[in-house]
Amino acid sequence: MSATPASGTRPARRTHFEARLNYYSAQNVPLLLSLGILLGLILIYFLLFAVRQHRLPGNFELSTTLNNTMTVGLTAIGQALVVFTGGIDLSVGGIVDVTNSLAAVLMRNNPGSMLGVSLLVILVGAGAGLINGLFVTYGRLQPIIVTIATLTIWQGVALLILPQPGGAIPPPVTAILAGNIAPLAGLPSSVVILVLLLLLWQALRRTGFVVTLYAIGNDERAAHANGAPVNLARIGAYTLGGAFSGAAGLYLAAVATSGDATTGSQLTLTSIAAVVLGGISLFGGRGSVVGALAGACILTLLLNVLFFAGVNPQLQEFFQGLFLILAVVISTLIRRLLQSGRQVGGGSL
Amino acid sequence: MTSIEGVAISKSFGGVRALNHTSFAADAGEVHALVGENGAGKSTMIKILSGILRPDSGTIRVQGRETTLDSPQVALRLGIGTIFQELTLMPYMTVAENLLIGREPRSGGLISHSGLDMKAHELLDEAGISGIEPLELVANLSLSQRQIVEIIKVVSRRPRILFMDEPTSALAEQEVAWLFGLVRKLREQGTCIVFTSHRWNEIKDIADRITIFRNGENVGTYTAADLSEQEAVERMTGRKLEMLYPEPITLEDPAPILHVEGLSAPALHGISLTVHQGEVLGVGGLAGQGQRELFLTLFGVRHARSGTIQIGGKAVRINNPRDAIRHGLALIPEDRKTEGLLLPLPVRQNLTLPILGRLARSGFIRRQQETDLVQAMIQELAVRTPTSDQPVGALSGGNQQKVLIGRWLLTRSRVLLLYDITRGVDVATKHDIYELIRRLCQEGHAILFYSTDTEEMAHLCHRVLVMREGKIIDELHGPNIAPEAIVAASLHVAAEVTIDASTQVSSSEVSSS
Repeated sequence: MSATPASGTRPARRTHFEARLNYYSAQNVPLLLSLGILLGLILIYFLLFAVRQHRLPGNFELSTTLNNTMTVGLTAIGQALVVFTGGIDLSVGGIVDVTNSLAAVLMRNNPGSMLGVSLLVILVGAGAGLINGLFVTYGRLQPIIVTIATLTIWQGVALLILPQPGGAIPPPVTAILAGNIAPLAGLPSSVVILVLLLLLWQALRRTGFVVTLYAIGNDERAAHANGAPVNLARIGAYTLGGAFSGAAGLYLAAVATSGDATTGSQLTLTSIAAVVLGGISLFGGRGSVVGALAGACILTLLLNVLFFAGVNPQLQEFFQGLFLILAVVISTLIRRLLQSGRQVGGGSL
Repeated sequence: MTSIEGVAISKSFGGVRALNHTSFAADAGEVHALVGENGAGKSTMIKILSGILRPDSGTIRVQGRETTLDSPQVALRLGIGTIFQELTLMPYMTVAENLLIGREPRSGGLISHSGLDMKAHELLDEAGISGIEPLELVANLSLSQRQIVEIIKVVSRRPRILFMDEPTSALAEQEVAWLFGLVRKLREQGTCIVFTSHRWNEIKDIADRITIFRNGENVGTYTAADLSEQEAVERMTGRKLEMLYPEPITLEDPAPILHVEGLSAPALHGISLTVHQGEVLGVGGLAGQGQRELFLTLFGVRHARSGTIQIGGKAVRINNPRDAIRHGLALIPEDRKTEGLLLPLPVRQNLTLPILGRLARSGFIRRQQETDLVQAMIQELAVRTPTSDQPVGALSGGNQQKVLIGRWLLTRSRVLLLYDITRGVDVATKHDIYELIRRLCQEGHAILFYSTDTEEMAHLCHRVLVMREGKIIDELHGPNIAPEAIVAASLHVAAEVTIDASTQVSSSEVSSS
């Protein structure tokens, strides 16, 4: 008698292998698609580079590309954590502006100051995120409204801190964060940071915290009923997201060797674009930080490709937008195609 | 010994009193049925006793100790497990992640994915479920499979008090038998089990005691053996009901309205059927044998690969729901909350949504005409709503269902596809809906009918088609189709295709009885 319900649930009687395949495709198709786009862009980039420069890109190109990626990448990670919960963080650009300005104004060329200010800047980012999280969670306000307000607030604060582009980042900070590591054959330090971020994510995604973020994005009410610490996790997502934006502000200053209270603002939209290109659902509950990083790489590489393709710089943004919409449309189509072939029992109105 | 007790609990939602100084208590080692009409306060009581809602006033005692259950976490810690009517599964997480949420196996402090997989396999095996893969996304499961996953999730936490809010509404008979086996085992182990159901034979089958709620008040607690259905229904509704199922209308050489020939689609193989004017044609069988796909394909939500559809003798092509609506088809689905109604919008707009074009003159809606139509429909269907401007979400489940039916009547649909429309609807409203179906037949509608409640299907339908694996394998003719005949026809074939020895034994038991 014990096994009878099995026949009533027959549509899912699939082999273990099929289920595994289903699982990986459903979970990872968007991620694989974005990695595919990235790979394609890398190939095009190499090709164009070789044609124009009569050599292959080397360490210098790797380093500048990754350095440019890293700022977007850090904000995209922060954005992704919030998007997992079904929320969105528009204040990313404002937080980057504030932390960027702070770092440029405060940092002095001595180890204590460099370390201290770096930590402070990340903490300020986390604090800004915390404020977002508290308003969204306890104020029961729409994330889009809260963060659009804090975006302009932080933009204003940044201009108070650093009215004119300026300040100076001590050379050692730039060397450590955006330079090359001599003992490792001149490997760009951004590669090391990227690897560390990926490792950090591998650990994070196996914590109850991140599982709860996904659960909230799936169905907040259900997450609550399952005893998940919904409020705490959501506040955590915004706080950690803010910390990543703070880190991005620091990194931006390190690459530029000085501060600017306005360059960060565009990162709000770029971080969202990176998240979308990375196959993360804006409805929440699905996606991976690996995708967010891939999305950031795609956006930087695209600029390089447009440059080497000789596109009029004034049309750059036009093509960026065109690419974004094409990429999203194509990957959605592919995903639907795969799904319609896969789904037998499902299908809803 | 009393396991859990709510004393003089009151709870209001925006001025509507759901519970009014209501008390309820259940003992260890008993199965306690909580019954009443929709809106009687059963779900509210369960939500309060499992920490989801906080009462406005009243006392809660767990194992004799006064407690404030201010969050689900507290309730879980106290050994209270709850299977909610609205399931608490995460669609885009796997079965394994869902089963073990909040208590994932870890290695070195981090969640172990292989451990998740293994542990989930263990839980499913232990429960005797073999058709669900731990790695499957919940989004890909059928409703009954989700219900099973939810049950296993909650039961495997080994609660000392188990609440189940309509656990069987999404389950087929076999699965109900499985659940009741589980419940009996828990009862022997001394678990206190409280459940709600609208199916009397299930309540009779498993409950030791029955508590009846009416309009937010506890009418009384009875030993199950001492209470007849008649008495129970009278106390639930406060009025006497005549025979629950109205007789199907007599058909005299009716004209065919919907004629389907050789319809194939994913999970459907060569379906042919004819529904006549005034006829209720049932589509039975075990859950998940293609009934859902048939309804969705006819309505154009899913695409047919081959086959022809004729309506009123004319061949039609249905590529999407717009086509279906244009040709006079209407689908009323099981999940009215997500698949039909716009809950925050008023009754009025929900009713007239598909016919706005007809109501408008040069783009503007003629308000008076809309009001007349809406009022007439509310009256005709006896929708219990204060005004037509009430948000549909504030109505009880049965009344929501009536609004959905009313919407399609306004589109002048001739063929109604009724998919499990009485799921989770209380007895009195069910009765209204049955009467409505009969009236629709008299008016000449053709009805294709699916229900998880076999008894209902047997009583309401002129004929019942039995489906298995996307094919029609049997046809039963009324009047007086026996529910057992439908079950037997469904199972008979299941026994041939399932190698599982235990299944064969149980199905032969059914067919020989």
